[in-house]
Amino acid sequence: MELLQSIADSFNYWIYIILMMIGLYALVAKNNLVKKLIGMSIFQTAIILFYVSIGYKDGATIPILYEHQAHHGHHDAGHGDAEDAHHDVEHAVEEAAKEIHAVAEDHADGHDAHADDHDTLVDSHDAHTSSAIHAEDFANPLVHVLMLTAIVVGVATLGVGLAITQKLYGEFGSIEESEIIEQIRTGK
Amino acid sequence: MIWIFDLIILVFLVITAIISLQVKDLLSAAMILGVYSFLMCLLWSGMGAVDVAFTEAAVGAGVSAVFLISTVLRTSRRSSD
Repeated sequence: MELLQSIADSFNYWIYIILMMIGLYALVAKNNLVKKLIGMSIFQTAIILFYVSIGYKDGATIPILYEHQAHHGHHDAGHGDAEDAHHDVEHAVEEAAKEIHAVAEDHADGHDAHADDHDTLVDSHDAHTSSAIHAEDFANPLVHVLMLTAIVVGVATLGVGLAITQKLYGEFGSIEESEIIEQIRTGK
Repeated sequence: MIWIFDLIILVFLVITAIISLQVKDLLSAAMILGVYSFLMCLLWSGMGAVDVAFTEAAVGAGVSAVFLISTVLRTSRRSSD
């Protein structure tokens, strides 16, 4: 039962492995050269899928900064008057939130646990408004960049394989591996 | 990513991979590999890898399908397995 549960928890990894093995099977066991190359393509995309899924985080969004987040990141850079005013308003809102927090603490005298909960809640809220960029909010872009290269390399290898297939067809008049081997063995 | 959506796409990925390897007509195999690439692209955009997803849509479903079809037209369309 525990084994079944562990399989169900990570079903996506099992399916990546199944896809990879389908590709490997085609690469080894198929007789047609184009089918072999299709199998190679499936194998490559399964590996790329595995890597991209490593970079994914629960609740994360795409690794692109919005404009207001970028402004938070470069607080020292020169801002226009309108943006300064915007920051002033934001500061005032934060101050108000802190005051409300203090009042709430006064009210919750006997309930320490409840007050603590509220404390952490407000703290996380403060952290979120004061510095907007958190790594856990974004999918890891490192694997994306690496896999972008892998996709292009995959198409290049597919193109080379198909070019060799066309040359073999011109030479032997067939794209079946067994027929080509037979012709080589009998010396045409 | 919503896990049921994830599971449906993954099951269809396995199905299209098997069909594209089992079908005897190589032109159909190339088209079904294009479907496989598009499903992969959907899965990656769901995982937040938008750059990888649209590279796959352009390169995997577009260019490699064109390569395969041109090879099939220049050689033979039937496959023994």
